[in-house]
Amino acid sequence: MSAARAVGWRNVHNWITNPALIVPSLLFPMFFFVAFAGGLSRVDSIPGFDYAAGYTTFIYGFVLLQASTFGGVFTGFSVARDFESGFARRMMLGATHRSGIIAGYWVSALVRSVTTVSVITVVALLAGLELNGGGIDLLGLYTLALLMNAFAMLFGTGVAMRLRTMQAGPLIQTPAFLILFLAPVWVPYDLLTGWVQAAASVNPMTLVLDTERGFLVGDPTKVLPAFAVVTLLVAVSLLWARGGLRSAERAA
Amino acid sequence: MSHVLLLAQRSVVRTLRQPAMVVPSIVFPLLLLSINSSGLDSATLLPGFPTHSYFQFAIAIPFIQGALFAAMSAGTNVASDIESGFLNRLALTPLRRATLMLGQLTGILALGLIQALAFVAVGLSFGEGLAAGPGGVVVLVLLSLTITLAFGGIGAFVALRTGNGETVQAVFPLFFAALFLSSMALPRDLIEIGWFQTVATWNPVSYMLEGIRSLFITGWDGEALLLGFACAGSIAAIALVACAAALRTRMVRT
Repeated sequence: MSAARAVGWRNVHNWITNPALIVPSLLFPMFFFVAFAGGLSRVDSIPGFDYAAGYTTFIYGFVLLQASTFGGVFTGFSVARDFESGFARRMMLGATHRSGIIAGYWVSALVRSVTTVSVITVVALLAGLELNGGGIDLLGLYTLALLMNAFAMLFGTGVAMRLRTMQAGPLIQTPAFLILFLAPVWVPYDLLTGWVQAAASVNPMTLVLDTERGFLVGDPTKVLPAFAVVTLLVAVSLLWARGGLRSAERAA
Repeated sequence: MSHVLLLAQRSVVRTLRQPAMVVPSIVFPLLLLSINSSGLDSATLLPGFPTHSYFQFAIAIPFIQGALFAAMSAGTNVASDIESGFLNRLALTPLRRATLMLGQLTGILALGLIQALAFVAVGLSFGEGLAAGPGGVVVLVLLSLTITLAFGGIGAFVALRTGNGETVQAVFPLFFAALFLSSMALPRDLIEIGWFQTVATWNPVSYMLEGIRSLFITGWDGEALLLGFACAGSIAAIALVACAAALRTRMVRT
């Protein structure tokens, strides 16, 4: 517990006090939201676009997942940086229960994610986001997003602990980027064409994104399958992260 | 002249022998192009959309994204020369400031040329050809290089003012904001949100995109090309003058 608290606090502190870390992680999702909600708003006039709450709300569902997931990805970068600088090695010598280290990184990923999502939600509400779902829907909406954050953080931590270098960055970021963007990001699934539609048909994020957008309008669909998929992803990535920890222990 | 060539050669070799700088600046924009053009193809159903292929519309975006990567590379290279003291040693030579900057940016122009040729090849292979015909390729590459010089100049200016690569990387999101707040995803007259349309209209990146886009979709559109070259050329000129001034300040402090 003390290891988790120490690691969590250190990473949150580093994130908040370093403009090179906090500024991009807050600005990028906001740029995405503003660019898509503003620049693509006319897309809701395309024949077949049937999302009643409008394009701002439609795109918020994606940006919410993206911001939350990338909160986890950036924490994976922090793990890699800690190993490269040698700090993680000292940390592992000091921790009684080393799984507390992973828990600490998870806490910092959670803080990043909650902060970024809060900022984006305020911007989105100012831009016309319609939250038509009730309390349970909103709970489902944000819980699903935070589970995605845990999945990305555990996956990134597993990669970073195995490679123990900042060179691991693209290996952490690219799968997260692909799984997110090969889903119906800008238009509903039925309006996708070409290879992206084929990819979206087998991408579990399509299901998650549909459920998120359902929560937003108070008409959730496929809730159990979406939670089952994300819980499975978290469970598998937890095993992956524990394997990474073992690998780092052997190397220490 | 031989000094410029030496600096230019060093700049080219240094840029091109870093695969981490070259490969992502070509692959990443093409990956986004591939995803966007498939994901947003239905946008061509909007009344007034200028083409029936979103790929043809979106092919202009990689040219700008490539230039943005070049800006970061230029900034990082100059910052690294400042951090290593190389720029201080150059200050002892009789090199003119403008010459020095041009030499430093040659590597980025070489990278810009490779990017432009790669994007043109992809555009011709997977799109519907260049409406402007073979002559359009030359103009396209020239416009692309001017845009690269403009963004590369800004990157170098930031590096000269701050003297460290981390700040250059922290400024990178602002470059991307300029791209996001433009007519990147839809033509300006199809942007529905008033303030966004206004920002996109004032944003010079919109005109750079539209200049490139015109060669692919319309053919020879003098106004679009003139605006594209004027925006990119003006930014390049301002950035180079600002770089020369920043270099003078830095050398005086040395």
